[in-house]
Amino acid sequence: MILVNVLGVLLIALIVWWFWLYQPQATDLGASELTIVVENGTYQPARIQVPANQSVVLSFLRKDSSPCSETVLFPALKLSETLPLNKVKNITLPAMQEGEYDFHCQMQMYRGRLLVV
Amino acid sequence: MAKAVRHQDKHGKADAEKQRCHDGMEQQQELLIQGASCAGCVKKIEAALQSVPGVTHAEMNFAQRTVSVEGAVDASILIKAIEQAGYGAQTQSADSDDDALEEKEKADRAYYKRLMLEMTIALGLGVPLMIYGLLIGEMTVTTTTERIAWLLVGLLTLGVMLFSGKHFYVGAWQSCKNHSANMDTLIALGTGTAWLYSMVVVFFPQVVPDMARHVYFEATAMIIGLIDLGLALELKARGRTSEAIKRLIGLQPKTARVIRDGNDMDIPIEQVRLHDLVRVRPGEKVPVDGEVIEGHTAIDESMLTGEPMPVEKAEQDEVVAGTINKTGSIVFKATRVGKDTALAQIIGMVKRAQNSKPPIGRLADVIAAYFVPVIMMIAIVSALAWLNFGPEPAVAFAVVSATTVLIIACPCALGLATPMSVMVGVGKAAEAGVLIRNGEALQTSSKITAMILDKTGTITLGAPKVTDIVTVDGVDEAGVLQQVASLESGSEHPLALAVVESAKERGIKPLAVTGFNAIAGHGVEAVVEGKNLLFGNEKLMKDQGVALDDFVDKAQQLAAEAKTPMYFAVDGRLAALIAVADPIKEDSIAAIKRLQHNGIRVVMLTGDNRATAKAVAEKAGIKEFFAEVLPEDKSKKVQELQMQGEVVGMTGDGINDAPALAMANVGFAIGTGTDVAIESADITLMRGSLHGLADAIAVSKATLRNIKQNLFGAFIYNIAGVPVAAGLLYPFFGLLLSPVIAGAAMAFSSLTVVTNANRLRLFKTREH
Repeated sequence: MILVNVLGVLLIALIVWWFWLYQPQATDLGASELTIVVENGTYQPARIQVPANQSVVLSFLRKDSSPCSETVLFPALKLSETLPLNKVKNITLPAMQEGEYDFHCQMQMYRGRLLVV
Repeated sequence: MAKAVRHQDKHGKADAEKQRCHDGMEQQQELLIQGASCAGCVKKIEAALQSVPGVTHAEMNFAQRTVSVEGAVDASILIKAIEQAGYGAQTQSADSDDDALEEKEKADRAYYKRLMLEMTIALGLGVPLMIYGLLIGEMTVTTTTERIAWLLVGLLTLGVMLFSGKHFYVGAWQSCKNHSANMDTLIALGTGTAWLYSMVVVFFPQVVPDMARHVYFEATAMIIGLIDLGLALELKARGRTSEAIKRLIGLQPKTARVIRDGNDMDIPIEQVRLHDLVRVRPGEKVPVDGEVIEGHTAIDESMLTGEPMPVEKAEQDEVVAGTINKTGSIVFKATRVGKDTALAQIIGMVKRAQNSKPPIGRLADVIAAYFVPVIMMIAIVSALAWLNFGPEPAVAFAVVSATTVLIIACPCALGLATPMSVMVGVGKAAEAGVLIRNGEALQTSSKITAMILDKTGTITLGAPKVTDIVTVDGVDEAGVLQQVASLESGSEHPLALAVVESAKERGIKPLAVTGFNAIAGHGVEAVVEGKNLLFGNEKLMKDQGVALDDFVDKAQQLAAEAKTPMYFAVDGRLAALIAVADPIKEDSIAAIKRLQHNGIRVVMLTGDNRATAKAVAEKAGIKEFFAEVLPEDKSKKVQELQMQGEVVGMTGDGINDAPALAMANVGFAIGTGTDVAIESADITLMRGSLHGLADAIAVSKATLRNIKQNLFGAFIYNIAGVPVAAGLLYPFFGLLLSPVIAGAAMAFSSLTVVTNANRLRLFKTREH
């Protein structure tokens, strides 16, 4: 029983670390050839590094028919866009200051983050 | 003062945002490139575009062979520059809203069909299993025969999981790899736990206590089936929430009849170019915005403005895309096409507003961001608690409680609560001719306690009109109007224009005039049909020796009603008294009453003198007014009310009221679909009627109420559902939730939210 309890506590610690504490590597937006695929409840890649103080274009390709994947919102930028199915949609973001900016679907089930450096 | 500064900050940001959106709309273009095969081509094309005067930035996406160009330069010039660099280019065949909508509906239909099939398969297994469990036998594993039978059922369930629930498992895995958790994570964990536990019971019954040898295959199949059903029904209900946008898009015709090289030709709407000549016949829709250059007609603009009366259009008048030509045939010059038409901008604005969140919605955002991992931890704690302190069979209780917690906790209803209501609310307002710019304006409108109304053009028509013609006994009114209109037909004075306009409205034609003489500051004189006519103020009459008798009293009475009286004499004898005033709009009084009835303090603001202001305010039923206010001081009056603790709405007719509109908590612009009005106010009333204000506030209050109901509903599923699922009520009432019930609750929580949001579609603005 003690083993089960220890396992349970370890599992909780793992959840905290995996979902909150661990900082996965961000994908660099690079030479604007990066396409963010919207599929299976996720944005891939979901952490994207973009340069500060300059306008950037993000390309989204939605492959998921679920209606909640249809809209992508950038709350801090007061921006929301509709993503067509199986077509690339370019979204131009204004120049941003350094920091982290979330983007997500209407239900907040699809979540991503921009790391502006 | 601090409050005022805060308002300024808020609006400063909002203005920057408005400007950015506006700039973005005008200056960003996307072109398709042909012939680019290497990174060198990218540099060459970008350099060619950057050398075009007016281009501020050009960036090519090599992977997609598109180039994004910023700067107010015509696409044809950009294409030429690219061609000179040795490549081909064309404008993006930007899908029309209509096509995009059609495609979306097609995709939605396919998705719905798939979900229904998945649901049928899952429930096809789950329902008989559940009925068996409830009516015939216990779902336990004791004998070898039972083990074999349940193994087969377990494999069938696995098939259901792979066919009907694959998207949950793949989504959960992808999401987990990305260090995030979502709805799929909870469903996959919940159903996976139930199935794995059941398979352990089937394969290794000896490791599980006798009492806990229970299988939960029916729960797995039912949960997957019910959630698929919930998603399908939600998809259907969602489709209805965007009715307003569909209707707006439906207003756009697909083709236009343009005149090129002297010939009429029907072409797709996307191919209409600026300055094209477009012919519209009676009964047809106006395809793009333009200026009439030939013909005369009446146009029904009700779909855009809510105004039921057709509007007369002649040369130099503007026509707007989407409106219906009623009577005559016209030719107009296209002044705005494609995404620049007023209708396209309105559709864009409604779409943007529908996707923006009011401050109340951000609460749900914060919760949703942390919810799933927290629920996973609660499920573990609950399972441990049952294992350590629960009655026998503790293992079975632990599995049931953990599974149920995971399933019931899905926060997607929480995420939907706000956007669904905003979508319907903003659409509802748009149908009433009220364009709400964003979620924040929608929410703040519901809290307005004081409404400032600009007088001219807002409460009144903004154009002087003849209000009274008092004739001397025996003198014919129409005859007087004809003579005065003839006399004034050469004058450009606003009061003269009002008389001429009044005669035109009654179909009276002017007569020939000779000996016209304008007496500065007094009036005019001339000879018409051999009679000496004199039209002007009291002083002019006295100077000319015309006896005014008791008409002086009448004139004073008219002046007290904020009207300007003028005398008319024929051959030295008084014939009539004509009063001109800027009349109060027909429905202003009723609309103001509606506002006051809803507890809103209505205040009038005007640059006019006190007497005129008092007369207009009294007539409009307004008790408070600010008179003789200079345009630059209007915003100070807004501040004054804010200092008194009021949440202030300011209504004006556009550019000169802009600072006051920005200072107010919510700025309402009276507009007729022009860019400035659409871009400068928090809320734009497309028709001139002040009923739009009461409508906007009513819609805003109804939407906020709807959002609160949705949030309450969504929270109840989670806040009440999770502790019950964890078994908190078990020690007191012996109550433990079944995973199947949790699955149904989760599936229908989103449906409840979307259905409740759709209820808002039935809201009638005028009844409030």
